[in-house]
Amino acid sequence: MELTTGERGNAGTGERGKAQRGNAGARERARLLRELRRIVGPQHVLVDPADIIVYEQDGSILQAMPDIVVLPVSVQEVGAVVRAARAADVPIVPRGSGTGLAGGAVPAAGGVIVSLARLDRLLEVDPRGRTATVEPGVINLDVTKGVAPRGLFYAPDPSSQAACSVGGNLANNSGGPHTLAYGVTTNHALGVEVVLHDGAPLWLGGPVPDTPGYDLCGVFVGSEGTLGIAVRGIVRLMRARESVRTLLAVFDRMDDATRVVVDITAAGIVPAALEMMDQTTIEAVERGAPAGFPRDAEAVLLVEVEGLREYTGRSLREIEEICRRAAAREVRIAQSDAERAALWKGRKGAFGALGTLAPNYYVMDGVVPRSRLPETMRKVSEIGRTFAVRIANVFHAGDGNLHPNILFDMRIPGELDRVIEAGAAILRACVDAGGSLTGEHGIGLEKRGYMSWVFTEADLDAMARVRRAFDPAGGFNPGKVFPSPPACGEPRRAPAKIPAGLWV
Amino acid sequence: MGLPVLQIPELDQCVHCGLCLTQCPTYRVTRLETESPRGRIHLVRAAAEGRIAPTERFAEHIYLCLMCRACETACPSGVKYGRIAEAAREVLGAPGSRLSRALVGLAFTRLFPHLGRLRFLFSMLRAYQRSGLRVLARLLPKRLREMEALLPPVPDRFFTPQAEVLPAIGPRRARVAFLSGCVMPLLFGEINEATVRVLRRNGCDVLIPSDQGCCAALNVHNGETVAAKAMARRNIDTFLGAGVDAVIVNAAGCGATMKEYGHLFKGEPYAEKAAAFSALVKDAAEFLADLGLVGQLGRLEMTVTYQDPCHLVHGQKVRAQPRRLLAAIPGLTLVEMDAADRCCGSAGIYNITHPEMSQTLLEEKMAAIARTKAPAVVAPNPGCMLQLRSGAQRSGGVTVYHLMDLLDRAYQLGEARP
Repeated sequence: MELTTGERGNAGTGERGKAQRGNAGARERARLLRELRRIVGPQHVLVDPADIIVYEQDGSILQAMPDIVVLPVSVQEVGAVVRAARAADVPIVPRGSGTGLAGGAVPAAGGVIVSLARLDRLLEVDPRGRTATVEPGVINLDVTKGVAPRGLFYAPDPSSQAACSVGGNLANNSGGPHTLAYGVTTNHALGVEVVLHDGAPLWLGGPVPDTPGYDLCGVFVGSEGTLGIAVRGIVRLMRARESVRTLLAVFDRMDDATRVVVDITAAGIVPAALEMMDQTTIEAVERGAPAGFPRDAEAVLLVEVEGLREYTGRSLREIEEICRRAAAREVRIAQSDAERAALWKGRKGAFGALGTLAPNYYVMDGVVPRSRLPETMRKVSEIGRTFAVRIANVFHAGDGNLHPNILFDMRIPGELDRVIEAGAAILRACVDAGGSLTGEHGIGLEKRGYMSWVFTEADLDAMARVRRAFDPAGGFNPGKVFPSPPACGEPRRAPAKIPAGLWV
Repeated sequence: MGLPVLQIPELDQCVHCGLCLTQCPTYRVTRLETESPRGRIHLVRAAAEGRIAPTERFAEHIYLCLMCRACETACPSGVKYGRIAEAAREVLGAPGSRLSRALVGLAFTRLFPHLGRLRFLFSMLRAYQRSGLRVLARLLPKRLREMEALLPPVPDRFFTPQAEVLPAIGPRRARVAFLSGCVMPLLFGEINEATVRVLRRNGCDVLIPSDQGCCAALNVHNGETVAAKAMARRNIDTFLGAGVDAVIVNAAGCGATMKEYGHLFKGEPYAEKAAAFSALVKDAAEFLADLGLVGQLGRLEMTVTYQDPCHLVHGQKVRAQPRRLLAAIPGLTLVEMDAADRCCGSAGIYNITHPEMSQTLLEEKMAAIARTKAPAVVAPNPGCMLQLRSGAQRSGGVTVYHLMDLLDRAYQLGEARP
């Protein structure tokens, strides 16, 4: 395969930045490009608009053009790329598979996107110590596939696990349906090797669970690319369970379903996963890639229990009873692996399937205490009515992590503004109920304006100081997480697509 | 200034979730998002909106796609990626240098619509291969020499049906028509014969209309729709007039294209007729598995692995039926390979237009086949068979069969035994 090595590219967005910076900027840029090509080879430095425009987006509705995209293949190359970009004083935006939902991989201030897609090896598996050493671009599901023959699995399982990278998971401290029982990414990351602003790699944490001193691995996980670039990780593996059973409960009223969630956990049962989908989501799934969910139900719960056969059998019976007491119309226990897989395929494809209902969706990631679920869901549907928007709910009910998806069509003028207001109202409601802005998607670009709802000036300042300790110049992923706009320039946006309101 | 002709509704269905990335063979190899379905959809959208120009570079991304449509299977929104890519290719025109564009254009408009010419060309090719002239190929430039080496040996006999209607053997259960295809009768005449025999043994009257033509799959995939529509119309008129229960195809690419004739004529008065025809089209495996096999199948003691042809599994969603038929053959063991539904790199004329990517995918495929330790692979599509045979030639070992081959053999063995 042949890739353009550059010259054709200056007609693109690089031009805009260049014009602002003048001739000195142009010389600087040429030098940076020369340097980057020397480091990773010319074919792994992209500047042609037809090569880089696809990197302006991730899984969210935000867009901003990078100036350059680089694809290093080793820790050394990542280090050298970071040094070159820092010397040229341009922003560095790490990127895995670009499946994030909060704009974390969108280069808000332009600059260099460092794609870790070529660093995609499962380096080492220690079946006795139950750990795996991975590169950041390795696909989440490939870790589990790689260790499954040894009876192990990697627990954090975002819905995008077939495509998302472990590096991205580390950056966002990603969760997934099964984090109810097993915890989120930070609970499974023992150590992470990070390239810092000076290009030097450094191990935070290590191969054993208890590294003395500050838990810097814990600090790094969830830092959304603002502290450095993860180039290797050591993750915990778990033993596959003897028995895995899945139950689908169908409800005519959302209220009954949310109450069941509270009742199941109140009864002391900890399912491996406890997921909810509402009628609108079911409609989307059944239109896109049918999985056999009843289209006329107001809500369904997908409950999974894992463990010894005796335990799963008993828990399933208890859960079934709780569901029936709460007026479940139907309780269906999957009888085969194929049936289980079909239910989960429907659930995991639910986000993508929303495309069958509307061209765009804006997904919220609010969290509320489980006990406040019923009233919060009522509030969400009230907000939908107030703002006249259609909302599809599919979420990790077990940990109170909501995903109301507001469906809309970006091409209709004014619609996005209303959608964003509705989203803000939903998050406000979550915060008011004692919850939080994000369960697993991260703050990214999208929610940075809301940080002050949950944090005081002093809180934010403390976080900013942590960030400066790692990255004094703020060159890594500027414009993310913190409410203040990026220092190094105005965020560019696709004018046809994003109204000013989004860049709060 | 955008390209409004590219503003097709399928674009709006993609919410760029990225679940297609890891299912895309070209993304897996390059790790570049421009070589992923989501990336290509974004490129087309950007071109439609006028945010980027449809440059040569843009075209390279669109044409590096194999059109295997594995992304359609992976997509939770059911985005019809193939339609997006075909629309883009229609705007871009054929790929490659001016010479290769001219040659491809010539093949699409002057060769495939006229099966007589194709037959003549292949008999010339056969004569060439039998003569001593082949040594002269060594004098060709490297690129042409490689292409020459890709040419499969042309068999002694082409598929020439004895009559237009071949009656069912045993009680009649259906009346079907058979698409003999363009290249199939020339390179795989025996498979066509086997398919017809298996159909007849299963109680089908088989019609083989003589005025049928090529299905135009290659034209459609490469954005050539003018000749494609004329070719489609000829088949639709011929087969619809025949009054059959089904139109049987044993080449996955042709089946997928013919099932989408309705879309080819979208918005035209002819669309309804085209859709009626499409509804009749069935892959031979799909049809036979649904009909249920009858008759005595003999024991075929062999171990095989199965390669899902892209246009069967992704294009037509036919995954279980061929496996059910294999399971019905006594003595035969099926060992699944890793990623059986990943493209082998054949992809129509792709192995000629993009030899490097095609070879990379083929090597991965051959390795996956080798891991099963099966001495044979079943791939019910001529393109896949040619590609896998060329892979087998180099790495040695496996034999490549069409599913109809094996069924036919099993029936013959069953017949031999009283």
